[in-house]
Amino acid sequence: MMILEADRLAITFGGVRAIDGVSISIPCGQVFSIIGPNGSGKTTLINLVSGIYTPQDGSIRLAGDTVTGLAPDQLARRGLSRTFQNLQIFSRMSVLENVMVGRHRHERTGILADLLHWPSVGRQNEATREAAHTALARVGLAVVAERPAGSLDYGALKRLEIARALASEPMVLLLDEPAAGCNPVETQEIDRVIRSIVKEGITVVLVEHDMRLVMNISDRVHVLARGRTLAEGTPEQVRSNAEVIEAYLGVHGSQEAAHALD
Amino acid sequence: MSLRALLEARLLPVILVVAIVIVLPLFFPSAYYYRIGALVFIFALAVVGLNLLMGFAGQVSLGHAGFLGIGAYSVAIGPVQFGAPSWLCLFVGAILSGAVAFAVGRPILKLKGHYLAVATLGFGLLVAIVLTNEAGWTGGPDGMNVPPLMLFGWRVHGSDVWYWLAGATFVGGFMLALNLMESPTGRALQAIHDSEIAARVLGIDVARKKVTIFIISAMYASVAGSFLALFNGLITPDVAGFLGSIELVAMVVLGGMGSIFGSLVGAAVLVVLPQVLTVFHEYEQALLGLIVMVFMIFLRQGIVPSIAAVLNGWRK
Repeated sequence: MMILEADRLAITFGGVRAIDGVSISIPCGQVFSIIGPNGSGKTTLINLVSGIYTPQDGSIRLAGDTVTGLAPDQLARRGLSRTFQNLQIFSRMSVLENVMVGRHRHERTGILADLLHWPSVGRQNEATREAAHTALARVGLAVVAERPAGSLDYGALKRLEIARALASEPMVLLLDEPAAGCNPVETQEIDRVIRSIVKEGITVVLVEHDMRLVMNISDRVHVLARGRTLAEGTPEQVRSNAEVIEAYLGVHGSQEAAHALD
Repeated sequence: MSLRALLEARLLPVILVVAIVIVLPLFFPSAYYYRIGALVFIFALAVVGLNLLMGFAGQVSLGHAGFLGIGAYSVAIGPVQFGAPSWLCLFVGAILSGAVAFAVGRPILKLKGHYLAVATLGFGLLVAIVLTNEAGWTGGPDGMNVPPLMLFGWRVHGSDVWYWLAGATFVGGFMLALNLMESPTGRALQAIHDSEIAARVLGIDVARKKVTIFIISAMYASVAGSFLALFNGLITPDVAGFLGSIELVAMVVLGGMGSIFGSLVGAAVLVVLPQVLTVFHEYEQALLGLIVMVFMIFLRQGIVPSIAAVLNGWRK
């Protein structure tokens, strides 16, 4: 079953077709990676799928329902969450509180109850706190739960974003360059976290530059170049695709590119 | 955190504020001080509301005195024109303010930063102009007398009575604000402050939450405005004026953005200081400005958060 489908998506920015007729079909419970050279439209595609941009053409289906044009919060309530390439941390809040916000779509209290602190709010807070702790433990951040989020190092913040999105219990999780700027040890940790997420049946859509991570972990890889689909297939198929190699470093650098893709 | 520690953390600020309300009068040499105290609590109530909007949700309002004005004129016009009891008009005023905030909030809270500031500023001016021009209802620029508050057949009068009434109402508003911050809505608001986009992808309806907190903060200001009118017995359109809005914002920032307790401190400083500075006659305003500047230079995050940071530093 396809959990997330995009059909001939297109969007133009200032006369440039940033995404030009891209279709993707993502099977449930897999790791689906989107790769491509800088400026190929990876992040634009993710922004379209997560509702941050509205496509000018094409349609998007989530778990069989057409969701084209829905806002990010509406999509989140339907079970699609994401992280950001440039971190979007709630830096005034503690690490735990950041993840507690991730529970928002599961919290059932009204504004009046919140103001009067009805018993239901206390119970809700406890349940939220507990679920947030669990999510933090999964990415190995339980020990820093009470620290201000702004005090964590870069690699930890990357994992905090994943924990926050996980806390919302999504069906589909979009990770926008989770390993960017991470050292090899931190990348290993991201690898481990992604594997544990998929084991739970959550579909992961991964946009990533770290080819070793992509090739290790993906079930399918979709390659973009200049806003269009260049190739799609298993990591092995993509790695040996001449067009992909050429797109990455040009004909002259194809040796290097082949090496980079290995 | 143990349940006990949690209880203490939640109750401590409330106990502190109640203690302040009760203990302060022991040091009052005259009825005049009760009057100042009552004014501090009335303004602090409005400032708590504005702090929820500015300090927590991160949305500025330069027109909040407009809601102060709606509350104030509700308890003036209601009893005079319709013979309604003042306490009822206070509630009606709060609901009216909430409704106006809802109507105004939906379009203007889409704006950000300076644009939102200017839009809210325009709203405040609009209210002040309506109050000035609708002289048939409001008495125009000269204002109007406000009939005294009657509660259970008693006429509420005397600075000391108003002190206790305003103090108790402030404590109530203070507790509601603390509750809100420790709730799903409160967390969502703080999230919006730091990253709207991250809040949205976690399922938070940002536009709706902003309007909600705008309505709540408008209702705080409205109740404070009603108190102010009933306490003074006379009201002019100045209450809704631009300077009033600026004063509220200054109280929020001076006390500390995002510090509910700071709201009381900010209101206290800006209500009490002008009284103290009257001895300097024509230099009063200049000195007030200078002192506020010095505060902001040395206590950059506002009085309460800056002092708290210093104390935390010592503890470590």
